[in-house]
Amino acid sequence: MGPITRRLAGLENRKGWTAVLLTVLGFALVVPVLNMALEPGHPLHVPTYVVQLLGKYLCYAMLALALDLVWGFAGALSLGHGAFFALGGYVMGMYLMRQIGDRGVYGNAELPDFMVFLNWDSLPWYWMGFDSFAFTAVMVLIVPGVLAFVFGWLAFRSRITGVYFSIITQAMTYALMLAFFRNEMGFGGNNGLTDFKDILGFSMSRDSTKVGLYVATVLMLAAAYLAARFIVTSRLGRVLLAVRDAESRVRFLGHSVTGAKLFAFVVSAMIAGVAGALYVPQVGIINPSEFSPANSIEIAIWTAVGGRGTLFGPILGAMSVNAAKSFFTGVAPEVWLFFLGSLFVVVTLFLPKGLVGLFGLLKRRQRRAMPKASPTPAPKATEETHA
Amino acid sequence: MPENAVQQAPRHDVLAADSILYLDGVTVSFDGFKALNSLSFIVRPGEMRTIIGPNGAGKTTMMDVITGKTRPDEGTVLYDGNVDLTKHDEAAIANMGIGRKFQKPTVFENLTVFENLELALKGPRGTFAVLLARLMGEQRDRIDAVLGTIRLTDRAHTSAGALSHGQKQWLEIGMLFAQDPRFLMLDEPVAGMTDAETEQTAELLREIARDRSVLVVEHDMEFVRNLDCKVTVLHEGSVLAEGSLAKVQADERVIEVYLGR
Ligand SMILES: Nc1ncnc2c1ncn2[C@@H]1O[C@H](COP(=O)(O)OP(=O)(O)O)[C@@H](O)[C@H]1O
Ligand SMILES: [Mg+2]
Repeated sequence: MGPITRRLAGLENRKGWTAVLLTVLGFALVVPVLNMALEPGHPLHVPTYVVQLLGKYLCYAMLALALDLVWGFAGALSLGHGAFFALGGYVMGMYLMRQIGDRGVYGNAELPDFMVFLNWDSLPWYWMGFDSFAFTAVMVLIVPGVLAFVFGWLAFRSRITGVYFSIITQAMTYALMLAFFRNEMGFGGNNGLTDFKDILGFSMSRDSTKVGLYVATVLMLAAAYLAARFIVTSRLGRVLLAVRDAESRVRFLGHSVTGAKLFAFVVSAMIAGVAGALYVPQVGIINPSEFSPANSIEIAIWTAVGGRGTLFGPILGAMSVNAAKSFFTGVAPEVWLFFLGSLFVVVTLFLPKGLVGLFGLLKRRQRRAMPKASPTPAPKATEETHA
Repeated sequence: MPENAVQQAPRHDVLAADSILYLDGVTVSFDGFKALNSLSFIVRPGEMRTIIGPNGAGKTTMMDVITGKTRPDEGTVLYDGNVDLTKHDEAAIANMGIGRKFQKPTVFENLTVFENLELALKGPRGTFAVLLARLMGEQRDRIDAVLGTIRLTDRAHTSAGALSHGQKQWLEIGMLFAQDPRFLMLDEPVAGMTDAETEQTAELLREIARDRSVLVVEHDMEFVRNLDCKVTVLHEGSVLAEGSLAKVQADERVIEVYLGR
């Protein structure tokens, strides 16, 4: 075994591994089977729209996981992660636009509809290569990664930390939003990219393609989780935690704070980009509103609600907050924002470790409620003792 | 080591040649107030030196200058006779073999005692090297040895935040051990310690000093006497007196500004 596989193998105890594996299998196998093998009338049938909704939540979960790597571990609260997500989404959107070919409204095989509409006569240079899925897949990582590298290098080298970092990342995503709104940018302006037809030759209107995209999302989330896990359990992960707690002290030990933060930021941006690239074919559109500063703040809320610095917590947080959002916007849309606001206040004030911290707290409570006198731990606590 | 590190006026050469640390005319001002005012002194390789001086004399600022945290407005700061420390950042200076213990103990509270030492351990510091680093048997032994020296073996896997004040001070000294610097500086290492702890710390420092150059800033006169080395008295950012403790204690100006109060 090489050093990396050995680290991965030793990264969690067997129970942890089993839990991760079962969760992934549950999402990747059971849900599609319940969708496709069962008749729509069956009580256990999972309708396709639910599969799609789950797929969307999983993209958000990946985004929250990405933010946790920089915020929860390196202590840098990026309020611009929506930008990396949107960029990954635009890259995928460009590929999907090229797949339309001459099936657009104007029937132009060379140019996407919006370019024909703008009277452009040729494809801009930066649209070259997106006919290829392989090129697109690489760009999904490169585009957010390069932006994060340049931006992070400037910010971390100048030792911009704390709220200043949060503000400039908000400014970054806001500036990108304004830029992408402009038609001259060549990304469809206000309307963004949409009317996609197929991906890798599969028609996007077919249920099996939707389920396939969902399964791909589950697997990519699992891969991103393992990658993040690998980083935070390495010595670099401990450097990141040290940076979060006492940044300047780390420098006096000879570690490069800029290097460590930059690494986490770039990897995080790439994960966010992948999330965006999986999101766009599932929702069928990408437009500049994905860059809106409020989106990035919402990501921070999911992460905080789930429990930052835990990797698993943000995944849970993103899924549960968005499930609540779907519920409220269906039942009583006007209360949603109040609910989200109060949730954030409650978590900030009472649950610094979020939902994951809450579980830990309950577990400890339960353990403390066990009778103290018995020298060997009792197999089951007598619930009545005290709360 | 970058070539441009060696470019000094000739007059430095003679004095700097046989020094681990060479300060000449170092001035630092904060909004016009001179925290260091043309400070000059030399530490010889292998020497242990104590710096004393009243609060606000500039002792911590002096360490900030040497470790790259603060850039001096004027003056020369040479390490090892030829490396211009004012041209490097904190991490680079630490990697040259200069270790520092802070006045306020700063350990990483959310890491265990063992992990604190692991991060301090001498070794490659590149981001990717650290990502793929594994703890070798000999490194583990080294950490275990340090744990023994600082008497924290049985606390190895508790989080550093749970240690007492004195234990945190020791952990920080242990991190210096693990870093294995050639030159180390300690800012008030026994502040807030009990008499017994102070005595043990003095013993620890004498052990460290056996094969290293050490600079200790301290207020506690009993402790300074215990270290039994050359003393430099700082006052208002410059050197007021230098020599044995007995000699500086007898100095009229020192008595006036510091000891006499
Ligand atoms: N960052 C700073 N900004 C302004 N004044 C400072 C700063 N750091 C230190 N000083 C001032 O410089 C003087 C020397 O401080 P310091 O080096 O901490 O003294 P010592 O460690 O000897 O007690 C003090 O008067 C202090 O107030
Ligand atoms: Mg001081």
